[in-house]
Amino acid sequence: METDKSKISIELETPTTGPVKSRGHELWRLLKENKLAFIGLIVFIIFFFTALLGLLLTSGSGPVFDPSIVRLQEKLLPPLSSPNLESLRPNEVPKSGIYLFGTDDLGRDVFARMLQGAWVSLTVGFVAVGISVLVGLFMGGIAGYFGQKFICLDGIITALLFLIGTTLFLTGEGLNGSIFLIIAHAFMFYLILIKWKFRKNRHFKWLNMLHKKTLSIDTLIMRIVDIMLCFPSFFLILTVVALLPASIYNIMIVIGLTSWMGTTRFVRAEFLSLREQDFVTAARALGVNNYRIIFRHMIPNAIAPVLVSATIGIATAILTEAGLSFLGFGVPPPNATWGNILSDGKRFIFDAPWLTFIPGFAILIVVLSFNLFGEGLRDIMNPKLRERH
Amino acid sequence: MLSFIGRSIIQKIVTLFFVSVVSFLIIHIAPGKPSQVDPLNPKFTPEMVERFRTEFHLDKPLHIQYFYFYRDLFTGKTVSWKDNQSVLAKILERFLNSLPLFIVGTILTWTLSFPVGIRSALFRGGFYDRSATFFSYLLISIPGFFFAYILIIFVVSYFHVPVIGMETFGLGSLSWPRLFMDRIWHLLIPSILGATGGIAVLSRYVRSQMLEVEGQDYVRTAKAKGLPAEQVHYKHALRNALLPFVTMFGLILPGLIGGSVIIESIFSWPGMGRMAYEAILARDYPIILTVNFISAVLVLAGTFVSDLLYMVVDPRIRL
Repeated sequence: METDKSKISIELETPTTGPVKSRGHELWRLLKENKLAFIGLIVFIIFFFTALLGLLLTSGSGPVFDPSIVRLQEKLLPPLSSPNLESLRPNEVPKSGIYLFGTDDLGRDVFARMLQGAWVSLTVGFVAVGISVLVGLFMGGIAGYFGQKFICLDGIITALLFLIGTTLFLTGEGLNGSIFLIIAHAFMFYLILIKWKFRKNRHFKWLNMLHKKTLSIDTLIMRIVDIMLCFPSFFLILTVVALLPASIYNIMIVIGLTSWMGTTRFVRAEFLSLREQDFVTAARALGVNNYRIIFRHMIPNAIAPVLVSATIGIATAILTEAGLSFLGFGVPPPNATWGNILSDGKRFIFDAPWLTFIPGFAILIVVLSFNLFGEGLRDIMNPKLRERH
Repeated sequence: MLSFIGRSIIQKIVTLFFVSVVSFLIIHIAPGKPSQVDPLNPKFTPEMVERFRTEFHLDKPLHIQYFYFYRDLFTGKTVSWKDNQSVLAKILERFLNSLPLFIVGTILTWTLSFPVGIRSALFRGGFYDRSATFFSYLLISIPGFFFAYILIIFVVSYFHVPVIGMETFGLGSLSWPRLFMDRIWHLLIPSILGATGGIAVLSRYVRSQMLEVEGQDYVRTAKAKGLPAEQVHYKHALRNALLPFVTMFGLILPGLIGGSVIIESIFSWPGMGRMAYEAILARDYPIILTVNFISAVLVLAGTFVSDLLYMVVDPRIRL
């Protein structure tokens, strides 16, 4: 008996089946095999710390590298030239003792400006994509999980009334707007009252008209996506950014709010297939509530491909921001971004080519690293595309 | 088939209606009014602004403005606020300027990306494939304006030809071959720039389609039968890999009006994109809204055409 027991316990302690390595280990091994993706990841990490360092070194009062000191006597110096100490006041001399990337047409240190711009590019990329992923997850999740539910006519009417009211309010017609809002509130109150009091009452047959099922949530959200896809995206961003006051936050929000459609479609498809899986049925049978199913069971399973497309989205957002800055719609002047360094430098393209090439190559390398990393990640996570050994 | 056509046309008209409402709202709710564009101009007296507002119905409530605007658009009477010219005529003129760029760019994209993509699929994992992959990522990642300047420097310093604008200014009395070559040089670089992104994306797509088809059983059967490699690749594999690209013909329609804002403003090319950009700067709402509306129509028409083409080409799909 005793020997049997010990045998069993030994077998329990050393299970022979099941994966030896964790999923993370396996991903890491595959990533190291994919050289381009690995290089992308390394460049991305370097860029991240450079941007962080850039924020620390160029902001605040008396920064180490001041991007805004104008030294007109030192303008358009090529990279690696040293400052003329006699003509500068002590506080104007760059701390590194050398103009690493040269100076621009106002004698500002391009290296300091590039450092400042790195932080702008990084935040624009991450915040814009963060917004688009959040909106996409939300819309796609609702369409995928609650999509089969129907919206009734009364709900649509209430929403329309609210929408008209708010729109009128925003356009400055406060009186009409408030009338609409009051009607909307009254209507909503009325509906609640009806539901609460006359639920069983059959006298109000015409009220059932209001309760008619008109369109499913899925249809509604996918039509909204279709509508958004009809706008030419760069043109739309340009229009909105030009009409709004110039600020970096507006750009982030606008880029984010015009690029969530892909994620939505993706998450919806993923949710539609996940909700038919056995583990979701099991969770539902156990009485787990909807929100826990969504957040604990479904989103972790759907998130990986979303993150991959987000990586590529960051690259696109950085390019869009650079394009906007180039056209003069970007971050307002005292702040430097890579796009507006390049845009300022284009007038001196034959006299001072470094003003074009340094920011250009910086954007190229960062965007390339994001693209390579994202595409590599996609290949790694998709077992169908993996090369068989 | 007929019911599908009917249903999708109705659906697209509804979508178009909402697009028109949303774009109208975006433009009119955003802060900044067209009458404020040039407050320092002495000709812009308050009376002028008032006349301007009544002239263009800006004093009416929003829904009436919406109605007036789209009524004018459909009857072709919309005029630009800037110079009182017909919007449709202006758009047509600029469209004809953008058209050569679009045509040359599309031809470059479709003729270059297929050979590149097919070859890298056939030699998967080889040196050619890996360098093609890297170059396509490079072309996707390079900012268009930066690439434009590299090309300008290169062409101007090696070939000594001017490239900015649609033609060199003041070439009046030259012989026609010289004039023709001048136009070609001016056309070439913006078209190449417009095509780079497309070539990179499309060649990757061709490659993955080809790879998928090459892994199918019937291709293996064809190889096992001892057919020559040419026939297997180009007759059995390529024909089936081409299916999704037929539908993409529909999706290039929106590019007709898109016109790249950045490229056209770098090259001073008087095309659609630049007109839209100038209209945004001048708060010329009729032009912005009309361009937006036409491009929405083209997007919807493009998806419709591609759905139809898919049904015609692929008998497995019955919508």
